[in-house]
Amino acid sequence: MAVIEAAELRRTYRTTTGTIRRRRLDVEAVRGISFEVAEGELFGLLGPNGAGKTTTIKMLITLLVPSGGSARVLGFDVVRQAREVRRRVGYVFGGDRGVYERLSALDNLRYFAELYGVPGREQKPRIAELLELVGLTGREKERVEGYSRGMRQRLHIARGLLHDPPVVFFDEPTIGLDPVGARELRGTIASLREAGKTILLTTHYMFEADQLCDRIAVIAKGKIVAEGTPRDLKRSVADLTVLEIEAFGASAEAIERIRRAPGVTAVAVEERDHAQVLHVSSPRGTELAQQLLGELDGGTRVGRVVTREPTLEDAYVALVTEE
Amino acid sequence: MAVLRLIWAGWRFHVKSLTLSGFFLLTSSVQPILFATMAYFMFRAGSSEQSLLYVALGSGLMGIWSSTLFGSGGAISWQRWQGTLEVSIAAPAPFVLVLIPITLATATIGLYSLTATLLWGKLFFDVPFEIAHPLLFALSIPATILGLGMLGLVLAASFILYRNANALSNLLEFPVWLVTGLLVPLSLFPGWVRPISWVLAPTWGVRAIRDSALGEGAPLAAIGMCLALAACYFVIGTVLIGHFERLARERATLSLT
Repeated sequence: MAVIEAAELRRTYRTTTGTIRRRRLDVEAVRGISFEVAEGELFGLLGPNGAGKTTTIKMLITLLVPSGGSARVLGFDVVRQAREVRRRVGYVFGGDRGVYERLSALDNLRYFAELYGVPGREQKPRIAELLELVGLTGREKERVEGYSRGMRQRLHIARGLLHDPPVVFFDEPTIGLDPVGARELRGTIASLREAGKTILLTTHYMFEADQLCDRIAVIAKGKIVAEGTPRDLKRSVADLTVLEIEAFGASAEAIERIRRAPGVTAVAVEERDHAQVLHVSSPRGTELAQQLLGELDGGTRVGRVVTREPTLEDAYVALVTEE
Repeated sequence: MAVLRLIWAGWRFHVKSLTLSGFFLLTSSVQPILFATMAYFMFRAGSSEQSLLYVALGSGLMGIWSSTLFGSGGAISWQRWQGTLEVSIAAPAPFVLVLIPITLATATIGLYSLTATLLWGKLFFDVPFEIAHPLLFALSIPATILGLGMLGLVLAASFILYRNANALSNLLEFPVWLVTGLLVPLSLFPGWVRPISWVLAPTWGVRAIRDSALGEGAPLAAIGMCLALAACYFVIGTVLIGHFERLARERATLSLT
């Protein structure tokens, strides 16, 4: 039996525009997505900002009622059996928020242990164990407002695991962390998976999904556009080649011309110091370098130009930029 | 037992959190002192010493009401802002049991107002602090806190659903001070105000505290009314919060994003 099941899940937000003449708008954040996560699996929802990842997680952990479709966690319906779901899931999100800053980590954990129904006699050893797991032992009596972002994030993880949930949802947990902090956090997530937890992770970092996830669903504009193992997704772009162009001062118009050039399937732009690196995907065997360099404006200086094999990131870019 | 444990732990947590908030503490102690000072001068002009204690206790209760009103609404808004509202709702504990300790804690913090106004009156206006029925006075305080805290629970329900419900708290501060007799005696108001005052816990809270302190009226009956209203507010609050929590999950108003 799948631990997490989503079937044709939909969510529409109602919003308004205008100041005087206000108009109601319905925004479809999630447009009928279906997937399953097996027991002990680490499943990644990968997509750009606004793709619908957080909305999906919030429906699965009962914070949002779906506008359509259904979802079950450990067999419990997320709408009708919300309390049963809440008892069995942990929720960790990225960023600074979600903890009481004026109080200490210990105060926070004791309070949330009560909210999550951890029996009194189990609280002390459980909190000590989690502080050890996330590396906050010795700092637990300090006020959270003095914590670094990485420490807060580790406190989030401890909070999310207080009731030892079999299913844990991580919503962009490494966002804003420095590279060392992010690597430590990925290590913690990997150790939870080894401990047998079923994990759903959202991220827009390709390498993170590649490193951690057993399976990935790529989500774009509220729809799942691809699903499989990282290897499957890489295979989907095996017939492509990527041209990397290092440019200094390429205009938005020039990049748009390249994107529309015949033979180009996707373009990703990476800002690197003073340069832009354009990653241009095209079918294997096509020779586009001269043509694309011609699309750049006269004043644009061009640095390194290389052709390379596609990576998972290229597969991702190709998937999320498809119309 | 688990429910009482949760309420007790939550109450201690939120009292500690609010006490560490300089802004909340300052407003809940300075504002009532200012009002009390004005009221002392007004009453001193034409009344007896006993009236000054009457004023001091009324001003303290004004502070408890302000603290409950802003605290209950502010706590929800603040929790929404700091991202703890979603985390609390995602917990398996019924949300009403998450909220009760918060509204009780904000009412409890109002005790700083009562203490501040009584000390202020004693130090600068020679207000006599002699309690006629100490035991009833000691009972009337927690009964009032409970009554106001539960009224805060009913108000807090609206703050879950509406992000800008703080405007409501601004509207409710002065009228409740007036119609519950915290500022001036209820006998000064037209008859149609009475039924409104009867269903508001501060009316009975201030009556219980004043009557037990001044040795007048029937403080025990007022304490009973306070507790009965607290029970009614609890039932109304529980129903509203269950309903509004569901609506908030449908309308996506639990978070800022």
